[in-house]
Amino acid sequence: MKTVLKVENIVKRFGGITAVGGVSFEVGEGEILGIIGPNGCGKSTLFNCILGQLTPNEGQVHVDGKLTTGLRPCELNRLGVSRTFQLLQVFPQLTVRENLILSGQEHRGTMASRLFGKRDAGLGAEADKMIGFFKLGHLAGEKAGGLSYGQQKLLDAAMAFMAGPRLVLLDEPAGGVNLTMLASLKDRLQAINREQGATFVVIEHNMEFVMSLCTRVLVLAEGRVLAEGSPAEVRANPEVVEAYLGH
Amino acid sequence: MKLDLPRILGLIGAVIAVFLLLVMPFGLGKYGLFILSQWAVMSIAALGLNLTLGYAGQVSLAQGAFVGLGAYTGAILTTNGWPMIVAVILAIVLCFAVGWCLGYPALRVQHHYLAFVTLAFSTLAFLLFRNEEWLTKGIYGIDGVPRPSLFGLSTDSAIRFYFLCLASLALVAFGVWWLIRSPWGRAFVALRENPIRALSLGVDTRRYILMAFAIGSALGGVAGVLYAPLVEFIDPTPFTLSLSLNLLLMVIVGGQGFFGGPFLGAAISVLLPEWLRFTQGYYLLIYAAFVLGLLVYSPTGLLGILDRYLTARSTRAASAKRAAATATLGDAR
Amino acid sequence: MSQLINLIVSGCATGSIYALVAIGFTLLWQTSQTINFAQGEFVMLPAFFMLAAVNIGLPFWAGILVGTALSLLLLGVGFKRMIVDPMLRHGTLPLAIATMALSLFMKESVKEFYSAEAQPFPSIIPNVDLHFWGATVSTQSLGVLALAILAVIALQFLLTRTSVGRQMQAAAQNPTTARILGIPVERMIMYTFLINAALVSLASLLVTPVYLAKFSSGETLGLAAFIAAIVGGFNQVRGAIAGGLLLGIVDNLAATYISTQYRAAVPLVLLIVVILFRPQGLLGSAEERTV
Repeated sequence: MKTVLKVENIVKRFGGITAVGGVSFEVGEGEILGIIGPNGCGKSTLFNCILGQLTPNEGQVHVDGKLTTGLRPCELNRLGVSRTFQLLQVFPQLTVRENLILSGQEHRGTMASRLFGKRDAGLGAEADKMIGFFKLGHLAGEKAGGLSYGQQKLLDAAMAFMAGPRLVLLDEPAGGVNLTMLASLKDRLQAINREQGATFVVIEHNMEFVMSLCTRVLVLAEGRVLAEGSPAEVRANPEVVEAYLGH
Repeated sequence: MKLDLPRILGLIGAVIAVFLLLVMPFGLGKYGLFILSQWAVMSIAALGLNLTLGYAGQVSLAQGAFVGLGAYTGAILTTNGWPMIVAVILAIVLCFAVGWCLGYPALRVQHHYLAFVTLAFSTLAFLLFRNEEWLTKGIYGIDGVPRPSLFGLSTDSAIRFYFLCLASLALVAFGVWWLIRSPWGRAFVALRENPIRALSLGVDTRRYILMAFAIGSALGGVAGVLYAPLVEFIDPTPFTLSLSLNLLLMVIVGGQGFFGGPFLGAAISVLLPEWLRFTQGYYLLIYAAFVLGLLVYSPTGLLGILDRYLTARSTRAASAKRAAATATLGDAR
Repeated sequence: MSQLINLIVSGCATGSIYALVAIGFTLLWQTSQTINFAQGEFVMLPAFFMLAAVNIGLPFWAGILVGTALSLLLLGVGFKRMIVDPMLRHGTLPLAIATMALSLFMKESVKEFYSAEAQPFPSIIPNVDLHFWGATVSTQSLGVLALAILAVIALQFLLTRTSVGRQMQAAAQNPTTARILGIPVERMIMYTFLINAALVSLASLLVTPVYLAKFSSGETLGLAAFIAAIVGGFNQVRGAIAGGLLLGIVDNLAATYISTQYRAAVPLVLLIVVILFRPQGLLGSAEERTV
């Protein structure tokens, strides 16, 4: 299986605190890797280091074999890496459709073609397809700010997939979503995983969600990898249980 | 296109404005035409600054210097026999390049550094205008800047020159409108609302901001090239920090980020000395106090107030609709 | 050589004034994200308060007190309550722009309500030329330098050795945590504004005798403050001090060795060079980039 993401020995310190103390792992094509761990174990910091939001003190990140440590998030995105955020981040002033077109427009053409070309950057049809896929059809022309929380979550996920990414990092996608919406979200994620062959890395607290969605799970505690394996293996691991109960 | 209230109002306003702009000049004397032409020229500069400030969210304190750069380019070239169109092209290239060179290092660091770099550049430009006498004739100024001839028609008369300014404004306004409606416009909304999210979607915020600043500066240059034949005499005096501040306030008062903002702001700024003439020296003081008060009440300027009012109305209407809908559905939760 | 010493000493004197103004500017930025584009006018105004007090018949020393008190009230409390607080909820950029409008307002107010002419201003330090080691140094330069140094030492003492000062630092570095710890963050921020008002009043007192009181003198002083703060390192008080001194010396040397026409350009070029090659300033640390 081809390795899409290779994280080698990432270390990130903030002053005297070591948030991530040497984490390494690999993700193969089509896998859905879950990263779990108690609060403050460094999950979000790790994500930010992979995604270029932060520059790690040590360590390297390779995407599809290419060295990506220290690249700016927009450059990473154009290499095929996409993300969702813990806190909802859609663009409230733009309509649902426009949010989606925006998510894909920087992947086609150049600055010049975006200035002189079509208004929707040729993405109108794709945006409509994505709207259909995430069942947001009746909201296509609404301003994103007017959607309910659950609907915004779906839009957020849809935006991450517009550019047909190779690798998607989801930061607590299940946060604050009700059960029906959660089932819908999980269903959509699995469908995209099958159809686009996208690789996922998911940070989550919701055990149920992680265990049923992910093919492999990584457990972090205090900035280090505690355990790795299939959901069943990890759940049965005594160290993992203690790490969670200990907090 | 959705025909909601703001759009309708905007269209009506635009139609009325265009009508007035085409018809009014025939009833005005030389001075009135001068004021109107000045408004048109300043609107061009303000449109450029609105790109930088309203759409890309950056403060530029050098727009006045770019107007000066354009004015001197125009004055020097046209008094040496070159046609004005050459001056326009050169001014665009020059101001764009200078804007790029100023913006690139400043934006790489911290976004608020652009304000200080443009502040420094503004003062530097003034010094250059004043000192390089071999080129700019220094404090003596360049006299007798000719008005251009278009297709054999001279624009010497006040009313003809006014229509040239108006046509130029229309052209620039169209260009800016096109830019805002293109995917670039979408990128600007995104990077203003949430730059981190925009970056994660592949929007190169730095590149877009830099382009907005460079283009905005180039438009300042265009305004300058028109300004030279308008006043027919160019010396360094007008191109100080005050002009940059004035242009900034035009954009702010009109409403930054709104397409019509610069037009409104320029009108207020150009007409204010006329309206407040009875207050003698105090008009600038009153203006400054007005701007301060306006900023506290509505940082998005006058058009912002209108927008807020209209949005509040439509939100109330939408809530009422939702409330009515749930009422008829009974307990649908 | 003796001229060089003279230039450096008087450069340090001017520089120390720039430093005072730059410190206040940096403090405002650190504690409340306020970029005060009116800082130059803040230095221009207290002198006029003092002059006005003297004009209504008070002796000079009383005028200084009244002027300083008015400055603390208007430029400290008034500025914060009436402009910063309402604008800050709209964001940093609107506040910065409001201070630009404020600078225009202050300039025009002085021009209309006091005078458009430059006014002489008495110095609190007698101006006598001292000669030693072949160099000529004016007591005014030395006095300014001494007073400015005293002020900076007092400020450092306040910030690092007193409980209030440490609370202020905590409030600046991490307001949320500070609140949890029970520190009255709002009040600490108000103290910063008062400190800035005090610093600009002192700067006004020291600089106006030399450059005369004029409504437009805020422009150059403000620009000097911004350059000093950035060149030194925008995020630190030490940077403001270093930047101010450097700027003062450079400015003075430029006045002597460079044509009068372009002497004002030297600080500007310095600013652009620093932003190009060492954007964190001389004493600043390279921060996480803007992304």
